[in-house]
Amino acid sequence: MKINDVILQTVTKIVVFIILTMAVYLFVSGHNSPGGGFIGGLVLASALVLLFLAFDTETIMKRIPLDFKMVAAVGAFIAVATGAASLFLDIPFLSHAYSYFNLPVFGKTGLATVTIFELGVALGVVGVVVTIILSISEDV
Amino acid sequence: MLSVNLAILIPFLAAILVPFLYAKVSRKHIGWFVLIVPIVLFVSLARYIPSVAGGETYLSTIAWIPSYGIHFTTYLDGLSIIFGLLITGIGSLVIIYSIYYLSAEESLGHFYIYLLLFMGAMLGVVFSDNLMVFYAFWELTSISSFLLIAFWYHRKRSRYGAKKALLTTVTGGIAMLTSFIMIYVMTGTMSIREIISTIDYGHALFIPAMLLLLLGAFTKSAQFPFHIWLPDAMEAPTPISAYLHSATMVKAGIYLVARFTPIFGSHESWFWLVSSVGIITLFWGSFNAVRQTDLKALLAYSTISQLGLIMTLFGIGSAALSMGAGEETVIYTQATFAALFHLVNHSTFKGALFMVIGIVNHGAGTRDIRRLGGLMSLMPISFTIALIGSFSMAGLPPFNGFLSKEMFFQAVVSVSQSGIFSLHVSKVLFPVVAWVGSVFTFIYCMIIVFKTFLGPYQPEKLDHEAHEAPAGMLISPIILAVLVVGIFFFPNVLGDYLLRPAMASILPSIELEGMIEPISAWHGFNPALWMTLGVIAVGTLMYLSIRRWKGIYSLLPENWTLDNLYNNSLIQMEKISNRITSFYMTGYLRSYSIYIFLFFIAAVGGTLLFTGAYAFDFAGDAPISVYEIVLVLVMVAAALAIPLAKSRVNAILLNGALGYSMALFFVVFRAPDLALTQLVVETVSTALFLLCFYFLPKWKKEETPRRTKRTNLVISIAVGIIFVLVALSVRGGKLFDTISGYFENAYELAGGKNIVNAILGDFRAFDTMLEVIVLFIGGLSVYTLIKLKSTKEEQNLEDQ
Repeated sequence: MKINDVILQTVTKIVVFIILTMAVYLFVSGHNSPGGGFIGGLVLASALVLLFLAFDTETIMKRIPLDFKMVAAVGAFIAVATGAASLFLDIPFLSHAYSYFNLPVFGKTGLATVTIFELGVALGVVGVVVTIILSISEDV
Repeated sequence: MLSVNLAILIPFLAAILVPFLYAKVSRKHIGWFVLIVPIVLFVSLARYIPSVAGGETYLSTIAWIPSYGIHFTTYLDGLSIIFGLLITGIGSLVIIYSIYYLSAEESLGHFYIYLLLFMGAMLGVVFSDNLMVFYAFWELTSISSFLLIAFWYHRKRSRYGAKKALLTTVTGGIAMLTSFIMIYVMTGTMSIREIISTIDYGHALFIPAMLLLLLGAFTKSAQFPFHIWLPDAMEAPTPISAYLHSATMVKAGIYLVARFTPIFGSHESWFWLVSSVGIITLFWGSFNAVRQTDLKALLAYSTISQLGLIMTLFGIGSAALSMGAGEETVIYTQATFAALFHLVNHSTFKGALFMVIGIVNHGAGTRDIRRLGGLMSLMPISFTIALIGSFSMAGLPPFNGFLSKEMFFQAVVSVSQSGIFSLHVSKVLFPVVAWVGSVFTFIYCMIIVFKTFLGPYQPEKLDHEAHEAPAGMLISPIILAVLVVGIFFFPNVLGDYLLRPAMASILPSIELEGMIEPISAWHGFNPALWMTLGVIAVGTLMYLSIRRWKGIYSLLPENWTLDNLYNNSLIQMEKISNRITSFYMTGYLRSYSIYIFLFFIAAVGGTLLFTGAYAFDFAGDAPISVYEIVLVLVMVAAALAIPLAKSRVNAILLNGALGYSMALFFVVFRAPDLALTQLVVETVSTALFLLCFYFLPKWKKEETPRRTKRTNLVISIAVGIIFVLVALSVRGGKLFDTISGYFENAYELAGGKNIVNAILGDFRAFDTMLEVIVLFIGGLSVYTLIKLKSTKEEQNLEDQ
């Protein structure tokens, strides 16, 4: 039996963008207000989960041809590599630095190396969540 | 000069580059690129020799985990530079040899990656000053040698040998780790140099730490009774055997003994353990080598025996520390000197011999001495190298083995004449065992040369016509053979520049000036020379009459070997663990939950009860508002409704309701970060639950007996009570420092206004990093569990 889920699909198409924007916002604002890599990643993953629920996995995987195991691996690698990077500067493992820069559009912006670390966390979370959900749903 | 820390890391960095090279460069030439690494390292280490010989040492530190005193500290002194030079020097020769030995069809990329990993790990072992870093590199040598031994992993014997080596050496490694922790408890430092000055001989942990440390050394260096892994490790390709088993890995145990002699050496039991285990190994290894028919197995036993010899010398040498400055100290310092000397000599002649055996195998197609013979005229260069290597090992002039062998005899004779440690009781034991072991050494050395290269040539027993190896394959063994002869004629160059500086590291408290005479080939008619002459005479007679007395080997019962013990204990272990596992792995989720909960009740409840940790204090609590009461009521209602739900979807949704109420709690308590996380996690996990449960059979009312129900009820209530108790007492307990202190300077130090993230990403980033990795591993495990289920047929294939 084919389930008619027009409403779910239509709503999803719009909502996913809102969620994704939210995810990016959460990720970027993490340093000073609620948010951060873990939550940003989770929200992003939940947008993907919603897509998988509304459409079937094959369609989505065709549009987003990412190997999510690789995404998770890249995330874990980035998280470790940011730590290792400080070793080359002869400072303790996982030391972070931050500073303020004047960027063309954003004005005075604080940039911190933590963001790279958090990017690793976010990618790790997205990769793992989607990998788990995909493998369970495909296992019949 | 190249920093030593960097030198250790170079092989690892090169190992990362190999796959890229593998894609670009033709397979044949990859070895030449890899060869650059050990040569560069050798040259840069060699540049330290003059200053180290002048008494200089080099220490450099990179902070790693400062809070635990774990630093990547390297220490370059006389002892470590010898090993460093052997690792890189023999490493270079082995790589040259392997370029010609391995055919281009082999997976050369893997081979060189493992080899570089191993080289880096070995360098790490010998240069580390920090116990934990030392241990990490130590285990990395076990793992990389496992990969190397199992290089031809499609062979069952290779896998068996690799597993045996790994099990033995890692067991020893863990014992060593325990010992390191004890040492840390005793001294409060991880630095080996600092331990030397702060160790307390009277401490209760001193003896246990020493025993565990020696266990690590003996397993790694294949000392009796842990030697059984070494012959099986011969399944590795010959360049690997030459590298791992002549020059480097098996010597790590020797290095460990030498390095820790200043710490433990002045104790009587150290002397006894090291020297007696060494001498037993010397005898047992040489005795068993004679019966081998496979040349490589013969060499494996000979390595065991030679390592025993070096071990004995280090054991005898350690007595110098407890004797202090005195007349007798000379004996022991000379023993240590002989140990170092023989260590270098052994690397040269054994490396050459392994390579020659590889050439014989290559040229004649077999290593079985029953099929070989008469190769002298066909393989003249190999014959010459084998002759030099074997005669050196047998302790004959004019080869370097003669010099160190004489010093060994001298040491065992003089130690038995001295009155230390009530040694006069067994006055003759050391010299006699050493002498008998040397006779057998002489016999197997003759077997290597004469059975392989002399006698009748039997082409009908060989797969193909025997031929000399290509010139490239001969380069490395020729260099080693030249060294064997060269060291005999100029031993004092080696002695002055490498061995003497190393003495200062092993025996730091001894004034070494004038203790050690220059090495000389002629040392008068002393006991050592008479012993050598006796070895030659008796050895020749026994070699000629080998058929007459070979029967003694069959006197030992077939089943009573250590190998059998190892195999049987593996089988028994598997059986027992199978039985235990099938006892609790019932296949019912219900039983698993019960085990987990019962354990939880016992462990956590018991701890709470016995430590009296349940202290409640409601005095400072904030007033409870209406929202909170409402939320609690909602949660209670949802929780109670779950067991009564009629369908799975309802149960999942009710569970979700619990989670969302929790998120609302966070909102009420103004913890937006937690609320956000909780909301998203709840959403995703509800979706996951729905997915999983979709595949389960229809929900039906279970007919469980009343008694089971009652037990379940009791367990669940107990779990609930303990959780509440824990939650209440957590606020009272102050076991750990609170992390909320970080918020005070989060903005100044990390530049973030969000203190939660500042803590997660900056102050406690190590935790977060590990969490990401755990998450990643968890995701991968789910994936492998579900996706890579092998079918029955595939399983059958794997078993072969």
